Amino acid sequence: MSQVTEYSEKVMDHFTNPRNVGEIENPSGVGTVGNAKCGDIMRMYLDIDENQIVREAKFKTFGCGAAVATSSMATELVKGKTVREALEVTNKAVMEALDGLPPVKIHCSLLAEEAIHAALWDYAQKNNISIEGLKPPVNDIDETEEFYKMQGE
Amino acid sequence: MSKEIYLDNAATTKVAPEVFEAMKEYFSIEYGNPSSAYKFAGNIAKKVSEARKAIADFIGAKENEIYFTGGGSESDNWAIKGVADALREKGNHIITTKIEHHAVLHTCEFLEKHGFEVTYLDVDEYGRVNPEDVEKAIRPETILITVMFANNEIGTIEPIGKIGEIAKSHGIYFHTDAVQAFGHLPINVDELNIDMLSTSAHKINGPKGIGFLYIRSGVKLSNLIHGGAQERGRRAGTTNAAGIIGFAKATELAAAGLQDTIAYESRLRDRLIKRVLEEIPYARVNGDLDNRLSNNANFCFRFIEGESLLIMLDQKGICASSGSACTSGSLDPSHVLLAIGLPHEIAHGSVRFTLSKETTEEDIDYTVESLKTIVERLRSMSPLYEDFAKRNVG
Repeated sequence: MSQVTEYSEKVMDHFTNPRNVGEIENPSGVGTVGNAKCGDIMRMYLDIDENQIVREAKFKTFGCGAAVATSSMATELVKGKTVREALEVTNKAVMEALDGLPPVKIHCSLLAEEAIHAALWDYAQKNNISIEGLKPPVNDIDETEEFYKMQGE
Repeated sequence: MSKEIYLDNAATTKVAPEVFEAMKEYFSIEYGNPSSAYKFAGNIAKKVSEARKAIADFIGAKENEIYFTGGGSESDNWAIKGVADALREKGNHIITTKIEHHAVLHTCEFLEKHGFEVTYLDVDEYGRVNPEDVEKAIRPETILITVMFANNEIGTIEPIGKIGEIAKSHGIYFHTDAVQAFGHLPINVDELNIDMLSTSAHKINGPKGIGFLYIRSGVKLSNLIHGGAQERGRRAGTTNAAGIIGFAKATELAAAGLQDTIAYESRLRDRLIKRVLEEIPYARVNGDLDNRLSNNANFCFRFIEGESLLIMLDQKGICASSGSACTSGSLDPSHVLLAIGLPHEIAHGSVRFTLSKETTEEDIDYTVESLKTIVERLRSMSPLYEDFAKRNVG
């Protein structure tokens, strides 16, 4: 199966020219989801102002073409939205915005949704607020410990 | 971008022009069925017989020990299921390795569901099977040892001669999947004590859909494909005359330039490995540097994932493959990379380049330069690299 021919033009565009790659210093919220063992890790940084509006979103992703594209699209979709609206950016919304994903890559869009939630959760924790409908993230990033122990070659 | 650098020759190869030329007339001019009685088909039967002889000679076999099949997977299936069925009364144990091609592994798993027991031997960090482990795994009920000649992912060449000797001394059949080795290495079935050997034409500039199983005279093996009396009653199906003639031509071409090809490819392969290891940090080469197919280079680049790397290579016109989960449709990365002891995280960042005699030094240098840019770019996007860099500073 050729990955390139299975991806939509939008997926390829967001993979080739990902929007909002990078970090935010002192972010309002940051969340990391996925695990290296399965081959996908997404980290999302959010800058949220006093009116609870997402001013900026950045990401870093270790993963396949779809993982990069969904991260990129997720950051685009949450920018400018209120915290409540950002919470409603579902995996389905990310997929639709990318004109679909091959079936085996649907989990990447779920990961993008989880990354948004994890960053919002971090924001809520830091500011001691509660966001209705937001659950704590399942964070299994610790499984990467083994990764750092490997000697650099 | 019109540039195309094909470095996936272990996946398949281009049909050589001489091969295509040799096959052509057997499609629409000499299209007869060689099993027929009339003169029209007689010449084809003769050509098929000559092709069989040429192929047999190349591996030191007799003409009547070559059985044409639909390719490597069928040959592997036939050898393993055929022996299992024929020797069912004698025993139910098969010895193989953890790094076999799926054509062998999945066939063994199938047999496990039907009452057979299979030992999957470990390999060392270079992907080599220890012949002593093979000997230790032998039980009274062992009926078959099947170990690949050379690994398709990491290029490691197995100690086939030693394993063949052990199998022979215990009176156990020895099969080897030589799909990646045939036409790339000198092979003599007598010297190596091989009882069965699987091959495929499309790995050596021949056509797809044709291969053979070498079966040593006297080896008991049930049929896999039942039907007509083709292949001396052992493999049914209308003779693929054009395919066989093309396969023989490809074998002839491979045999004629074998040492030169090995020397040429090895030089380019070593240049690729040397430059990558010297110029890209946190890269490792997988497999055995000494016992290695001349056309294989397999790397892991830490902190990045293989599919992303492949797509970016593709955008630069370079065709390669990866052992990452994302390219296999499963969540686990390559079983071969896991078997040589790599953690999942590292195995996800693998990429395989397989060269041919048409690969140039310029292709290799362009590939290295492209890799440098791509790896750096993907690392700049990787949260793993970010954490790693922070830890190193802190």
